[in-house]
Amino acid sequence: MNAHEHLPALQVVLPLAAAPLAVLLRDRVAAFVPVLAATWAAFAISVLMWLQVGESGPISYALGSWAPPWGIEYRVDSLSSLLLMLVSGVAAVVLPYGRASIEREIRQDNHALFYAMFALCLTGLLGIVITGDAFNLFVFLEISSLSSYVLIALGRDRRALVAAYQYLIMGTIRATFIVIGVGLLYLKTGTLNLADMGVRLQEMTSHRPVLAALAFLTVGISLKLALFPLHQWLPNAYAYAPSAVSAFLAATATKVSVYALLRFYFSVFGETAVFRRLPMEDFMLILALAGMFVASTVAIFQRDLKRLFAYSSVAQIGYIVLGISFDSVTGLTATIAHLVNHAVTKGGLFLLLGAAMAGMGGITLARVHGLGRVMPLTAFGIVLCGLSLIGVPGTAGFVSKWYLILAALEKGQWWLVFLIVASSLLAVAYVWRFVEAAYFHAPRADLAAVREAPAGLAIPAWIMVGATIWFGLDTSVTVGSAARAAGMLLRVAS
Amino acid sequence: MFAHIWSHFDYWAMLFLAMAGLFIVIARGNLIKKLVGLGIFQTSVYLLYLGPAKIVGGTAPIVDAAFKVYSNPLPHVLILTAIVVGVATLALGLALVVRIREAYGTIEEDEVLRRDVQPAGEEAQQ
Repeated sequence: MNAHEHLPALQVVLPLAAAPLAVLLRDRVAAFVPVLAATWAAFAISVLMWLQVGESGPISYALGSWAPPWGIEYRVDSLSSLLLMLVSGVAAVVLPYGRASIEREIRQDNHALFYAMFALCLTGLLGIVITGDAFNLFVFLEISSLSSYVLIALGRDRRALVAAYQYLIMGTIRATFIVIGVGLLYLKTGTLNLADMGVRLQEMTSHRPVLAALAFLTVGISLKLALFPLHQWLPNAYAYAPSAVSAFLAATATKVSVYALLRFYFSVFGETAVFRRLPMEDFMLILALAGMFVASTVAIFQRDLKRLFAYSSVAQIGYIVLGISFDSVTGLTATIAHLVNHAVTKGGLFLLLGAAMAGMGGITLARVHGLGRVMPLTAFGIVLCGLSLIGVPGTAGFVSKWYLILAALEKGQWWLVFLIVASSLLAVAYVWRFVEAAYFHAPRADLAAVREAPAGLAIPAWIMVGATIWFGLDTSVTVGSAARAAGMLLRVAS
Repeated sequence: MFAHIWSHFDYWAMLFLAMAGLFIVIARGNLIKKLVGLGIFQTSVYLLYLGPAKIVGGTAPIVDAAFKVYSNPLPHVLILTAIVVGVATLALGLALVVRIREAYGTIEEDEVLRRDVQPAGEEAQQ
């Protein structure tokens, strides 16, 4: 019995075990310890597995020693190892921040429950990425969704309750669509193992139930990843959730859904079924462009900064889906790199917004007047993340946009390059609204004495901002892994 | 045509339940009724799994010389999990409705949304 072999199972089991421990301990300090230990251990495990996959190829783990097509398989390859590292890394940074921020935002007797829900949400997200079994994926999806409804409902504002309820309705419809899709595939293939399903589907990609399954899965997963017309739940959920929750969900939840979409499109249905026989390329291209422009425009007119950047998330999802629609190695590289880059950018941004909210008591544009004067570091950090959203060279956002433009040129679609640049100008507009409020207005009289955010909030936020800059300068981790993963998805040697 | 519908009876039942449930979720403003619709929608999917798993004349999958035809037990196990998920969702949804009623004093969706629009300006600062 070698612990090293069981890393894939431990990845999911550790946070899962920490959740009931936190509930049983009840005490807000005692509950924090096991969850923090599990989260950091999960991050360490994901790094170990990433190194292992880089050296010796994909890891396949048979849960309970039942051989793969029958038992549940955990599969770690170049794509899932990157996502595991992203999700657990973001969690490892956000959780200590959460401890400092929920002191202000959540009633003390609920703190233990917050940690439990956080651990469950992390379990679900890691599970979606690591599992190689279609039904297991649905179960993990529901674990992460149910816990995220609770996390959102913990927000101070009563609108958090309505946001959580609406998210629950949308989330359950989405989950049911995914179960229908998986059910149809199971009826056709008689297997639930994703890789096995992919092999068996090769001969029957034009059968009608398979196409129906593709439709159900596309709609279901698109709801979760907030693809443009299906994004209605996202702005409220992000705006009214506690700051730590907004940051965690913004950085991970939609990214994991993109992973699920990639997995179903490229590993199960195969790109010929999705992109050659159906007009999915044009379909996704149009939705991505609509999301980029409509959501960015809506973001410009928001008064609440959290809502503003929530709409910006919908727009950034557009870039991610745009990369998928190219159906080329460069396009997918851009998609996967942008998953990581946008996650650290938006994660850092929401952490800083939480710090600003702790100081200023709210983050409507009118309230953050003079933020640059009273909280200079926080305001500067938000601007740095804003630059990454725009895609200024030297930040992470630039790298992924660069690859998107390369992919567009590869396909000879010059007009798309102009559209990508034009949508970046919209990002300039909404980031500028913050800059104007923070630097060109005097702070309100009652807020002039506000000081810089405490270290407990500032340090995790700056780790994320640092990562945003780092991934903009050194692309070996993000683009390197993304290119390997893209090559694997499209089955070309890289 | 009729024979076709009859032979695929469980699919038609599933389709009817799914559409009825989804319709209730979309058309009703009462938060509890929405959850009822959601429950019906979720339940319809159980039929999609369970219907095809039943094989006429099939027995439980216990290896025995006397029986040749077995029903597939896996969908039942899957749906057992799905039922648990459905129960958890419903419980959480109802808990949220209780909290919404405490905070707003109503469980009608448009009423809830209207009560949030009024405190405009510096929105409901705390």
